[in-house]
Amino acid sequence: MPSPETRNLNPETLHLIDPHVHMSARTTDDYEAMRAAGVRAVIEPAFWLGQPRTRVGSFEDYFASLVGWERFRAGQFGMRHYCTIGLNSKEANDERLAAEVLEILPLWVGKDGVVAIGEIGFDDQTAAEEKAFRAQLELAKQVDLPVMIHTPHRDKGRGTTRSMDICLEHGLPPARVIVDHNTEETVAETLERGFWAAFTLYPRTKMGSERMVEVVRRFGCERIIVDSSADWGVSDPLAVPKTARLMLERGIPRAHVETTCYRNAIAAYALDESDWLDPPPIDQRLLFCGNKVLRGQTPVVPPAQRAVE
Amino acid sequence: MSTCPIPALAQADTWPENAAMPTPADLLRTWLGAQPWLDAQLTRIAAGDERTLFLALGQAGRKVGRAPLASDAAAALTARADWNPTGWSADQAARSLLVLALPSGEATRWLATLDRCFHAATVEELVALYQTLPLWPHPALLAPRAAEGVRNAMTPVFAAVALDNPFAAEQLTNEAVNQLVLKAFFNGLDSSRIVGLRRRLNPDLGRMLAHYARERRLASRPVDPLLPPLARACGADCPD
Repeated sequence: MPSPETRNLNPETLHLIDPHVHMSARTTDDYEAMRAAGVRAVIEPAFWLGQPRTRVGSFEDYFASLVGWERFRAGQFGMRHYCTIGLNSKEANDERLAAEVLEILPLWVGKDGVVAIGEIGFDDQTAAEEKAFRAQLELAKQVDLPVMIHTPHRDKGRGTTRSMDICLEHGLPPARVIVDHNTEETVAETLERGFWAAFTLYPRTKMGSERMVEVVRRFGCERIIVDSSADWGVSDPLAVPKTARLMLERGIPRAHVETTCYRNAIAAYALDESDWLDPPPIDQRLLFCGNKVLRGQTPVVPPAQRAVE
Repeated sequence: MSTCPIPALAQADTWPENAAMPTPADLLRTWLGAQPWLDAQLTRIAAGDERTLFLALGQAGRKVGRAPLASDAAAALTARADWNPTGWSADQAARSLLVLALPSGEATRWLATLDRCFHAATVEELVALYQTLPLWPHPALLAPRAAEGVRNAMTPVFAAVALDNPFAAEQLTNEAVNQLVLKAFFNGLDSSRIVGLRRRLNPDLGRMLAHYARERRLASRPVDPLLPPLARACGADCPD
């Protein structure tokens, strides 16, 4: 059910995308609330799981769930699910395991629903992280996918600059790179150099909706993207709808809200809007809005229930 | 389809005209029309290039498209008993051809490669792979894979094994067939599309179906009208 905070948004007229959200960590209530608040599509980047994995098989099962089960589960709630595939920076520091993970990535990056290589970049900014980062930039070029950069929480300024330097060194056009977790301090350089600047809205720390409104007021809407990065930690899967609503309330032009909370994600990740606005009548992918699978039969149980049976 | 050369030779001697009959793979390839990208991948995979197979399975939807396949039901039945590719899409036919191109002479290696394909598959790919079950050689080796498909939590994947697919009734144990039938009713699927079910009726299935019908009635939930007659055909007492 929509919360009082999001009810004012008319989902029929304002479509939204959360282009960075770890839905595997979220409940079906979250899918329902996001959908009710106007979110039509999500991108789930591959990342770590709160504790380090110790075997390559754990990564394989995780990637399998991102392109398979989670995508299907999302479809049961009318949500189009895309993902990014990559070795995150934290786990790049286990060099033996990292080599094994890099070796299996080609098995996954060509799949339907994989819209970028990510989230990759720096955490502690070690040599091992840099090695994995560079290898994956080359993979992105090979398969012609954009890159989602996770900028570090510690020593952020230096890590952000360095991430962009390395992308350019590998010949990636800035228009194919989304730099995430920006702050007021990193956004100017990110935009000046021609990269996409994404902002993660955390409920208590770093960026919040109020600050986001001021960023859009100051920098405009070009190449700025809003996301929640909601996961198993303290986070808010409704951060994008809530911020969109606050922007409208604070007098940000509606077109700028639509650009930062919807259109820019479509452009940066080359999404096809018809995937969710106009799904094919006979959806051979059989993924979207579960009734399709019944092929004209009357549903015996509602889609939400079927997803768990 | 047999791996043993002797019966294959005997068959060719007895019915030489069979040699000219198109295989299901021949038909799928014909129905797809001109596909230069696909043909290049098939050649490489037939030469044992597994990396090409892994990549091409992912890319097939974008390369070949997802239009309905212009299949021919009568030709399909001639090529393989009970085979029904009606409703297949172009990407499904292409993915099926990609895995059918893999050399199957060394059965253990062939199965290991197929297992990797299944493990890394998206939902769309899983549907295509499970639809290919009746077309592969070594059916006995694939029975555990089919049973795994019956356990899959994604309805379209389950449906690819359970409906319009002759493999399950031909190869699965009673236990697996019974789970398949129950799960089809659970998911509100059309049980009349379970191919060969009439040949696999057994008392255990009757008991399970009758119990499920009672459970639904106690919960004041509707019972699929196809269920009670099926339970009775298995010898169970199950009123409409």
